[in-house]
Amino acid sequence: MKTLPRTDVVIVGGGWTGLLMAKELGARTHLSIVVLERGAPREPNGYRTDMDELDYAIRLRMMQDPSLETVTLRHHPKQRALPMRKLASFLPGTGVGGAGEHWQGFCPRFSPDFFELRTRTVERYGAKRLPEDCDIRDWGMTYDELEPHYARAENLMGVSGKAGNLNGKILPGGDPFEGSRSTEYPTPPMKMPHLAEMFRTAAQSIGLHPYPIPAATISVPYTNADGIHRPGCVYCGYCERFGCMIGSKAQPSNTLLPVIARHKNVSIRTRSNVRRILHDQSGKHPHARGVVYIDSTGQEVFQPADLVILSSWTLNNTRLLLLSGVGEPYDPVTGKGTLGRNLTHQVSLGATVFFDKPLNRFMGAGSSGIMVSDFDADNFDHEKLDFLRGAKAVVASSGARPIASFGAVPGSVKARWGSEWKKAALRYYDQTGSIHFSGEHMAYTSNFMDLDPTYKDHWGDPLLRFTLNWQDNERKMAEFLGARGQEMARAMGATEISLPGKLGNYDATHYQSTHIQGGTIMGKAPAESVLNPWLQHWSLSNLFVLGASTFPQNPSGNPTLTILAQTYRTADAIVARYLKQPGPMAG
Amino acid sequence: MQRRQFLVLSAASIGGVLVYSLDRNAFRLAAEERSVRIPLRFFTQDEAMIVAAASSRIFPSDESGPGAREAGVVVYIDRQLAGPYGRDRYRYTAGPFEEGVEEQGYQGEANPRQIYREALRNLAGFDQLTPADQDQALTKIEDTEFFKLLRSHAIEGMFCDPIHGGNADMIGWQLIGYPGPRMSNLKDVDQHFGEAFRPKPAGLQETFGTETRLHPSEDEQ
Repeated sequence: MKTLPRTDVVIVGGGWTGLLMAKELGARTHLSIVVLERGAPREPNGYRTDMDELDYAIRLRMMQDPSLETVTLRHHPKQRALPMRKLASFLPGTGVGGAGEHWQGFCPRFSPDFFELRTRTVERYGAKRLPEDCDIRDWGMTYDELEPHYARAENLMGVSGKAGNLNGKILPGGDPFEGSRSTEYPTPPMKMPHLAEMFRTAAQSIGLHPYPIPAATISVPYTNADGIHRPGCVYCGYCERFGCMIGSKAQPSNTLLPVIARHKNVSIRTRSNVRRILHDQSGKHPHARGVVYIDSTGQEVFQPADLVILSSWTLNNTRLLLLSGVGEPYDPVTGKGTLGRNLTHQVSLGATVFFDKPLNRFMGAGSSGIMVSDFDADNFDHEKLDFLRGAKAVVASSGARPIASFGAVPGSVKARWGSEWKKAALRYYDQTGSIHFSGEHMAYTSNFMDLDPTYKDHWGDPLLRFTLNWQDNERKMAEFLGARGQEMARAMGATEISLPGKLGNYDATHYQSTHIQGGTIMGKAPAESVLNPWLQHWSLSNLFVLGASTFPQNPSGNPTLTILAQTYRTADAIVARYLKQPGPMAG
Repeated sequence: MQRRQFLVLSAASIGGVLVYSLDRNAFRLAAEERSVRIPLRFFTQDEAMIVAAASSRIFPSDESGPGAREAGVVVYIDRQLAGPYGRDRYRYTAGPFEEGVEEQGYQGEANPRQIYREALRNLAGFDQLTPADQDQALTKIEDTEFFKLLRSHAIEGMFCDPIHGGNADMIGWQLIGYPGPRMSNLKDVDQHFGEAFRPKPAGLQETFGTETRLHPSEDEQ
């Protein structure tokens, strides 16, 4: 195996977090930085002619290729895990920019109590209310510590929205439940298409507190602190599963790549597939030595580095540590080991609502719409309820595309094909909307990731295995939310409503969200977590891990803004502290 | 070498509609023409006639408007099966293949081409049946992987961009009032509340002309 010349920093994965770290270290230090990305290169604004629903939204052209690597799933250890042969319930990206290219652009901050979930929940309801195998944690970092970095991440992307709590003052039109913000959103809220406007009016009429979805598909032209200029959104309706045709949606390719290009100390190597982290744990100072990857010519090479940043999304962050023998894999029987535990997937439910007027719903943007946080987090009293935590209710006018949208009919129509179905589906095609709930998923000792004993990837390495299922807390929450959905739909003037069915077993066959989290969680003590609160590995202090694999449990909100804020915070810590005195920063 | 197969359609049923041939050229069928021969990439002519008939029962041409026949759904499916999708280029196809629970998704070894070929063998003569008998035959196989694919493909072929061979003349989009990819809705997005706003449809080729890229769902080798 060829050994390449040493570099100061190697970054594994060229998505939002890896490229943000490359930009920050590239601009603020003279370190030599190499980013290794398994997929293809991308150009800023390279999506002009790609508004093709079939290839992109149905055949998933921008996503990870499951013929090369996927994950296996079982609901419990007695079931046989089988591969997710096609991507469906979540959609990881590949190529420069990763999933950050084809995301929808929702940018909510997490509720302050979410960062201290165990402490706050036990304080209010007592430890007895926690389900037996519940494993919720405090993050070891508070909302207040993260707040300035949230503001930086919003400024990087020019997020559109309306503050609900500015320096402790509650403002009308925003989210009154949000944590105190130091700044207003960089750009005003997006325009509201008809369906979203109907939801805002309806939510207000029943005493809820609707607010515009904080959006990375920005409302007006914006120039950020790096001098990156992006145009305002034109509501073409091709956001999620697509790259933005005009570069309005913040994507790593249009927001980070042009800045990275200014810094000669950063290089990005594409089609470079990292297989192992090499490490030396024999001496006094255990450390990562660098990474082995397969380069674009198919050669296996070793890239030595002083600092290793792992930013390859939840799946490969966890799998690379497992394959490389870094840390102790979690054992659900003994409860020992930290690597792979706290696997979560956001709870995702939708009520389909039918109206008697056209909605012109082909117009919209990924994140133009309305959110409601009245039934989120601990914003409502759970004393007399049979579950903990909650969900955001969302009505997004994301731009309905016909292949995915055609065919919804009210429950009174039983046919799913033929003339009767066609007639009803045509009538309701533009008269259908959805009230979506994205709910918190608490961590449990029974949900985790490890290496599959049977199935292998294209290179012969074991696939990652999910042991994952819903529990009573999510099922009861879903029931409660269904009833709230019905009240909201009635207030919108819906003529018919199809409520979500009962939450059964975890279903790998339909899309929920791309918010798979955990596996390399952060926390306050080495016995409990893989990383310290600076996202630094507890035993290899020159290894940092970025992204939602670090979340101890799953929030109700979309994770991108928070992982960017965390990355800023870690970049600061590396520059201000680690580089001056390499070694453990906590513990 | 295999003899080239053609789908022969009567112009009476699709007169006046644009048909996309397999080399992506569009031509308009006049009602007076007796028939049109479309070269097939994957199906035999017999198979194509069954798929045309079956997709037409899923999405019929009836009093609520045109359907799978006019949109050229069979041409769309033929191309998809001939391309990488048909041979599962993007599915995880390593074994072992085990029976799973429903939530683990389709675990079979057969790719879409094989699923169609097998099912169509069992449907021999389907296109000769009366519509009522055709419906009965389809009802019997409603839970099969083949039927699930056929139903999805019928909807895809109705509403995909015409560059994929279906939605001929943008007939599917016209049926539902979908304008296709529009570069801007900025002035209209918060207007027209409660009224149908229906701009004239245009596909990728009308919108982007020669910039339109080749799409790997059919073209990648």
